[in-house]
Amino acid sequence: MSSWTKNERQFVVFTAVFAGFILATPQAFAMHIMEGYLPVTHSILWSVISLPFLAAGIVSIRRTIRDRRKALILLAMSGAFVFVISSLKIPSVTGSCSHMTGTGLAAILFGPAAVSVLGIIVLLFQAILLAHGGITTLGANTFSMAIAGPFLSWAVYLLCKKLGVNRKAGIFLAAMLGDLFTYCVTSLQLSLAYPSESGGIAASAVKFLGVFAPTQLPLAVIEGILTVVMVIGMETYAKPELREIGFLREGVK
Amino acid sequence: MTKTKNRGLILILLIAVLLIALVPLFALKGAEFGGSDDAGSVMIGEITGTEYEPWFTPILETLIDGELPGEVESLFFCLQTGIGVGVIAFSFGYLAARKKYRREE
Repeated sequence: MSSWTKNERQFVVFTAVFAGFILATPQAFAMHIMEGYLPVTHSILWSVISLPFLAAGIVSIRRTIRDRRKALILLAMSGAFVFVISSLKIPSVTGSCSHMTGTGLAAILFGPAAVSVLGIIVLLFQAILLAHGGITTLGANTFSMAIAGPFLSWAVYLLCKKLGVNRKAGIFLAAMLGDLFTYCVTSLQLSLAYPSESGGIAASAVKFLGVFAPTQLPLAVIEGILTVVMVIGMETYAKPELREIGFLREGVK
Repeated sequence: MTKTKNRGLILILLIAVLLIALVPLFALKGAEFGGSDDAGSVMIGEITGTEYEPWFTPILETLIDGELPGEVESLFFCLQTGIGVGVIAFSFGYLAARKKYRREE
């Protein structure tokens, strides 16, 4: 830590601020529920559910800033990763385009709480500036993309670690399943709002999943692969930072 | 060292990404490749039986009185990708140089 000069430290802070601006710029085409497409009660409900997670996220990020300044460069890179990944619309096997969430990396490195804050900033600005997602559906979208998905990624990663699965395979699975889970939750949210007349919520959920799942599967694989590539890069060049956040244990080469 | 092993792995992984992303484009000639958000709203129409009327219009669309022009939208996309890649590339450049020029570790 003492080997860090003032300039280096300034650089990290600058990068973090820069990343903050990036997250604040418009981001489009997340597979979000569109403005005005959820009933008022649902909008309010999802927002309320998201609140405690956001509070935990703010605490988590403040602690990172206060106690683990060195790791801010990783936070900045994770944020930038979400930014890049979710701006790429990829053609899929179903003949429609979708894009990835990119939240897996930050979830694995910093825990799911921190991602909820990164996610809502992105969602908020894109709802306002690019008319993707929406203010009224912000709560629901935050829950699916910035809370549910990252939480699953994080849980899968920890589980794989515990079971002694190959690290890279674990990261791949975590990011991929987190991406898919985001879309499953979205389908569920939509079907709760639009239960099918004949089959109820379940039938409706199957229909929405039928739209999103086949499109998203190959993209989820891509997201998993890219997350692994990012982690390999970080492990090669940012060992001290990864140790600081406890991602690499001391002495692991 | 593991370095060359990693390099090979990364190369293979990136090629896999390219294949997954590009194959549908050539395999499904003439497909529209619209957004899956729209597919979602079509499905809502199918389930409820009527065209759903959103009860709230996006703020920006209210402000500019219409939809965001496609060209401007792609500008935002390029901006978004460019800035994100910039931060990642800059950070990796910094970290790589640090590793190269520092004696310990």
